[in-house]
Amino acid sequence: MATDITKITEKSNWQDLTVGNQIYASGTSRMFKTGEWRTQSPVFHSEKCKQCLLCVPVCPDSSIPVKDCKRQDFDYDHCKGCGICAEVCPFEAISMKEGQ
Amino acid sequence: MAVRERLSGNEAISYAIKQVNPDVMPAFPITPSTEIPQYVANYIANGEMDTEFIPVESEHSSMSATIGASAAGARALTATSSCGMALMWEELYVAASNRLPLALCLVNRALSGPININCDHSDSMGARDTGFIQIYAENNQEVYDNFVQAYRISEHKDVRLPIMICQDGFITSHAVENIELLEDEKVKGFVGEYEPENYLLNPEQPMALGPYAVSNYYMETKMAQNTAMKNAKQVILDVGKEYGELSGRSYGFFEAYRLEDADYAFVIIGSAAGTTKDAVDQLREEGVKAGILKLRVFRPFPDEEIAGALKNCKVVAIMDRSESFRGKGGPLGAEVKAALYDHAANVRAFNLIYGLGGRDFTVEEAKQIYRDLEAYDRDGKAFEEYRYVGLRG
Amino acid sequence: MSYNFKEEMNKPERLAPGHRMCAGCGGTIAVRAVLRALHEGDKAVIGNATGCLEVSTFMYPFTAYEDSYIHNAFENAGATMGGVETAYHVLRKKGKLNETYKFITFGGDGGTYDIGLQSLSGAMERNHDFVYVCYDNGAYMNTGIQRSSATPMYADTTTTPVGSESNGKMQNRKDLASIIAAHDVPYVGQSTLLGNFKDIHTKAEKAIYTEGACFLNIMAPCPRGWRYPTQDIMKICKLGVETCYWPLFEVDHGKWILNYEPKKKLPIEDFLRPQGRFKHLFKKGNEDLLVQFQQEVDRRWEELQFRCSRY
Repeated sequence: MATDITKITEKSNWQDLTVGNQIYASGTSRMFKTGEWRTQSPVFHSEKCKQCLLCVPVCPDSSIPVKDCKRQDFDYDHCKGCGICAEVCPFEAISMKEGQ
Repeated sequence: MAVRERLSGNEAISYAIKQVNPDVMPAFPITPSTEIPQYVANYIANGEMDTEFIPVESEHSSMSATIGASAAGARALTATSSCGMALMWEELYVAASNRLPLALCLVNRALSGPININCDHSDSMGARDTGFIQIYAENNQEVYDNFVQAYRISEHKDVRLPIMICQDGFITSHAVENIELLEDEKVKGFVGEYEPENYLLNPEQPMALGPYAVSNYYMETKMAQNTAMKNAKQVILDVGKEYGELSGRSYGFFEAYRLEDADYAFVIIGSAAGTTKDAVDQLREEGVKAGILKLRVFRPFPDEEIAGALKNCKVVAIMDRSESFRGKGGPLGAEVKAALYDHAANVRAFNLIYGLGGRDFTVEEAKQIYRDLEAYDRDGKAFEEYRYVGLRG
Repeated sequence: MSYNFKEEMNKPERLAPGHRMCAGCGGTIAVRAVLRALHEGDKAVIGNATGCLEVSTFMYPFTAYEDSYIHNAFENAGATMGGVETAYHVLRKKGKLNETYKFITFGGDGGTYDIGLQSLSGAMERNHDFVYVCYDNGAYMNTGIQRSSATPMYADTTTTPVGSESNGKMQNRKDLASIIAAHDVPYVGQSTLLGNFKDIHTKAEKAIYTEGACFLNIMAPCPRGWRYPTQDIMKICKLGVETCYWPLFEVDHGKWILNYEPKKKLPIEDFLRPQGRFKHLFKKGNEDLLVQFQQEVDRRWEELQFRCSRY
């Protein structure tokens, strides 16, 4: 049975932690929102985007979702605002702004 | 019908490994445990078992690979001695805290330095706080029997801890003795198939193992681990009893040898208990009420049971085959004395060090210690505590 | 193995977001690229040496991996995955498992070049069927930028600090790809983060789907340790290749192959200048240090060209 990590918090009793800290689940890190770390944020200008997707593999945070071979808007829950995507975009379809 | 044989301790445990037929065995040679991977490799080479042997480049890697195999869903084990186990120290903790039920066949040998290949218990005693279950043997028969029981204890759902099956280097590992072996089917039936609920190679459910855990999780994790070790006590007793029904040889935490009415007792681990039994038999003929508590299970530590068994003795000698350099005795001494204190067993206990680096321990020496205990008790003669038995100078 | 960039980008992600690696980390870009080379439907077990990647991608109870994952310790990622891979063969042999699994383990340069080298060497020599990926950022970044044997000469690190009597690290980097190639393993590839990721993808796919022990060495810059603005990572990687500091090559069943030769090799200053860890090399009076650095890059590049020219 998969581990329900919503039941494991830093307040959990010892009986409620998983045996040997093992987790029987995938990709549970999604529940941790690293987007709060951002001091600058990418802005997606869809009208300029040619869907070349060069921004997708350079993201350290898997925060540029792709659907049917087309990139979607940023996953702001997790994007840390490093700006690599804006730098590699050949069409100025991503700009960076200060703050969240 | 049981099979009567003549085997060394290393042969005996290798034969048990063959019968259990685990999945993966990484190992690295070190005297005196080297023969175990040799025997296993030979069994595999001749099609007598289908375990995968990994000839790793160090003991650190042997325990690392054993951990990997166990996490992946395999029944795994390794074998080592002395410095080999010291090299895998960190991994002993990892195996236990990850709650992996793997086995370590330890052939006890002195730790360096000076480098010495002979028996003492400094290797396993040093690892007493790693979270491994530790079971010791007096002779080849017990080594064999202990290994057959190992996975039943370690894999039990209330336990899930790694287990160390210990025997004395050369004295047990290389000496050939008569032994009674169980038939293959009996062993296989007793041990059963390993069917973990969760493992890395479970196609139905991925698993992640070995996280970084912040302070808010660490103590809770340790309590869970400690509880599993406490749970192991009942499991060890249950498995030891069931094994008795199968083989005619039952096992508990310790063997009480002529202890019931004893005034003077040894607490001792391993092969030297055999020597001491001879001494006790001779002293009993002379009218000295001598007895032995031969400890089989050191982790979990059966403190209450030990205190209960010793409480009617007049004086006890706790015999340590390793030094802890606390200036006052060895690890067994410290733990047995704490047990006596905790359970209000008002028994005078002395701690002695013997057999380091393979130093002989003789029947005469054992008898002398009993006589000294008696002289202390009867005549008030001073007892030289924390003495090194058989030391020159 | 043709490379269809858009289709690759359309694959489901195997490294979930929410991990705690720094903003702009090259390590996770490398991990994503390697995991993308797994064919859809193939299962995998991912391993990890202790390091930034491990403590950031599996903080209890948050795992960033879609696949099964094991971290054991710093120095034994090779041996640990060797155990996992051996268990796989036994379970298959005993009929307890039918699915196909691939095995990939990641280590930083500290866990790979240094403390984990023995374990890695043993696993490579025994030819376990897995891929060991070193994400090389040239120092122990997790503990705070201490030098490793992958640190380039003259780099300013916290254990080779630049000072009045010191120009940073005094020794050259270890050539790990050659060391692993000398184990006679089926495949060794060196790559980094470039353009449409074709180079790294092709090598990762080869490594994953070649039977036996395979090794990838991936330069994965660390903005904190190298001291450059996070957004510049792709430029820095490209300069690493164009200056021949980090050549792209592979050793495929013993055959050395140079994958890219710059039309005009750029001077090493172009790679070093954007990085704060080499700032002191551009001070007046340190010109000879740059000359020495260039000589070392040239010597290694020529050696590689020679090896590759023999085939």
